[in-house]
Amino acid sequence: MVRKPPTADVGARVDVVRAIAAARLEDRGPLMPVLHDVMAEFGYIDHADVVAIADVLNLSVADVHGVVSFYKDFRTAPAPAHIVALCRGEACQSVGAEALYAAARYAAAAGDYGPDTEVEQVFCFGNCALGPSGTIDGRLVGRLDPDRLSALTQEWRS
Amino acid sequence: MNPICWVPQDAAALSVGADEVAAALAAAGAEVRRNGSRGLLWAEPLVEVETDPGRVGFAQVTPLDVRPVLAADTGHPKCIGVVDDHPWLTGQLRVSFARVGVIEPTSLSSYAEHGGWAGLRRALSMSPEQVVEEVVASGLRGRGGAGFPAGVKWRTVAGTQADQKFVCCNFDEGDSGTFADRMIVEGDPFTLLEGMTIAGYAVGATEGYVYVRSEYPHAVATLRRAIDLAYTQGFLGPDVLGSGVRLDLHVRVGAGAYLCGEESSMLDSLEGKRGEVRAKPPIPAISGLFGQPTLVNNVLTLCAVPAIVAAGGASYAELGRGRSLGTQVFQLAGNVARGGIVELPFGVTLRELVEDWGGGTRSGRPVRAVQVGGPLGAYVPPHQFDTPLDYEEFAGIGAMVGHGGVVVFDDTVDMARMARFAFEFCGEESCGKCTPCRIGSARGVDVMDEVLAGRNVDANLILLDDLCETMTKGSLCAMGGLTPMPVRSALRHWPEDFAQLAERTSRQGAPKGTGARRGGAKHQGAQ
Repeated sequence: MVRKPPTADVGARVDVVRAIAAARLEDRGPLMPVLHDVMAEFGYIDHADVVAIADVLNLSVADVHGVVSFYKDFRTAPAPAHIVALCRGEACQSVGAEALYAAARYAAAAGDYGPDTEVEQVFCFGNCALGPSGTIDGRLVGRLDPDRLSALTQEWRS
Repeated sequence: MNPICWVPQDAAALSVGADEVAAALAAAGAEVRRNGSRGLLWAEPLVEVETDPGRVGFAQVTPLDVRPVLAADTGHPKCIGVVDDHPWLTGQLRVSFARVGVIEPTSLSSYAEHGGWAGLRRALSMSPEQVVEEVVASGLRGRGGAGFPAGVKWRTVAGTQADQKFVCCNFDEGDSGTFADRMIVEGDPFTLLEGMTIAGYAVGATEGYVYVRSEYPHAVATLRRAIDLAYTQGFLGPDVLGSGVRLDLHVRVGAGAYLCGEESSMLDSLEGKRGEVRAKPPIPAISGLFGQPTLVNNVLTLCAVPAIVAAGGASYAELGRGRSLGTQVFQLAGNVARGGIVELPFGVTLRELVEDWGGGTRSGRPVRAVQVGGPLGAYVPPHQFDTPLDYEEFAGIGAMVGHGGVVVFDDTVDMARMARFAFEFCGEESCGKCTPCRIGSARGVDVMDEVLAGRNVDANLILLDDLCETMTKGSLCAMGGLTPMPVRSALRHWPEDFAQLAERTSRQGAPKGTGARRGGAKHQGAQ
């Protein structure tokens, strides 16, 4: 997952967001694709973005805010440097996902995955025969265990 | 001549190192082709090398195994012989998955050589009404989980007059233990496009949407590429195959909401709203996307259509049993030695799937429970494993076939913890629109925490039963309405896991997880 640093100039960012929204004006129900585009561009959706999107798409700010807050993927603040997402679905639980998740949360809190890493739960990556599954900065990995997780995140510690 | 090697690009294969193997093979001089997965997920990365007798497979290949693969060394311990002759595949009946893992996913010529577009061509030679009747005759039922007769839905949309109709594919495969939608789209995406085009023609829809969950980035990329290719060759667009029929397809990506797999919340999400469930009626077939008649089908339902129309609905209806006709794509997952895709006619038993195909647990311990049909499906105990997989038979034992996911647990599983998890998951993923689901899920976690802590267990189990009753009868959709199914099945079949703490800890020889261990770390969450 490549993240771009927040644009220093808020005015410039709003212009970019307005252009992103305007490019989808012809689509039916364009809000979700617009929000994905903003996420891809900036890594999170700022309140100023919400206002700009609402204006361009002729929606209320409350409508846009409601959608942003409903879906887990839409962040409202910059993401951490690294994200470990671990599946807690039943199939992964049957092969030890709960213990792995607990160990990973503990390790992240102790700084074992570097200074700015978040461990989050996900319910299913569709890799249920090769669990426990997770993504490491977006890359899907199967047959995970704490040692393999530690090895795969080693470079974040330096 | 350089040997031709097939290395899957399916996300599951990638998760265990398929790209690294492909790079090593290419560096060693092989001509590497990328396919979907054959469905033998236990063998991934499963590399095939072309030889005169056929494609010879090697299981769990690493970059260190390049030499025996290139030499097609059939004496190597990782060699599983000609993959087409492997008993795991020869015992199956692949209709929907016939091409997955065999062809190059986004090669139009490969698709056509393997029987692609035959269904669409036949459909366009028929009237839309005849196409609908073929689907009715096939007995096909919605593969997303509900099992509603597809033909009836198609008839309803076809019979509703409107200026604009839509066909929507529900590809929000969020159930744990299911991955068939993902694998068919990553391995054979044109089948979905063909199915949607036939559906659009049959019901009179000219615009289609595929709603994909964001957890499936590989599938999104494959699907987008397939749609672009199909447009260039006239399989999509204003004049499909010169017939004058129009279908425009769009891919829309979700954003991490399980509930958008429920068709009405998926429609709201497509409209750019919060993915909240709609009260029915009206049904989407009459008033769906943007209030227009909309055909909503699951990926596997639409992917069954090309074969049905090509060979005729009657031949599909010869497969299966009772009112469960055709094949079901079962997904073996969890703690299973040989997990993957097993496509068979309805009627196979759980025992055959778990023991014969699955080979028991991965851990080698005894099987204690199998959850069928996703997080909202029941846990089935071993003494019911001889029940044939059939919508009605499973309903008869208080379970459901659902989307065909089969998740195996060994004897270390604590069924009371799984019951608690069912509520926790419901609470995480509830859209919050109806009270039984929004509040009931939180209360369910509370009650289960009391039970797990051994406090007032009998009284709390009465409360639990009441809560399950309220959620089942009062919820707007299957999320709240079916969460009690795994809970009640766990309580019904494994009451010892819900017993008073004193009884649980005093039981001798109890499997791990149901006895002493519960007195320790597991209590942290409850106190």
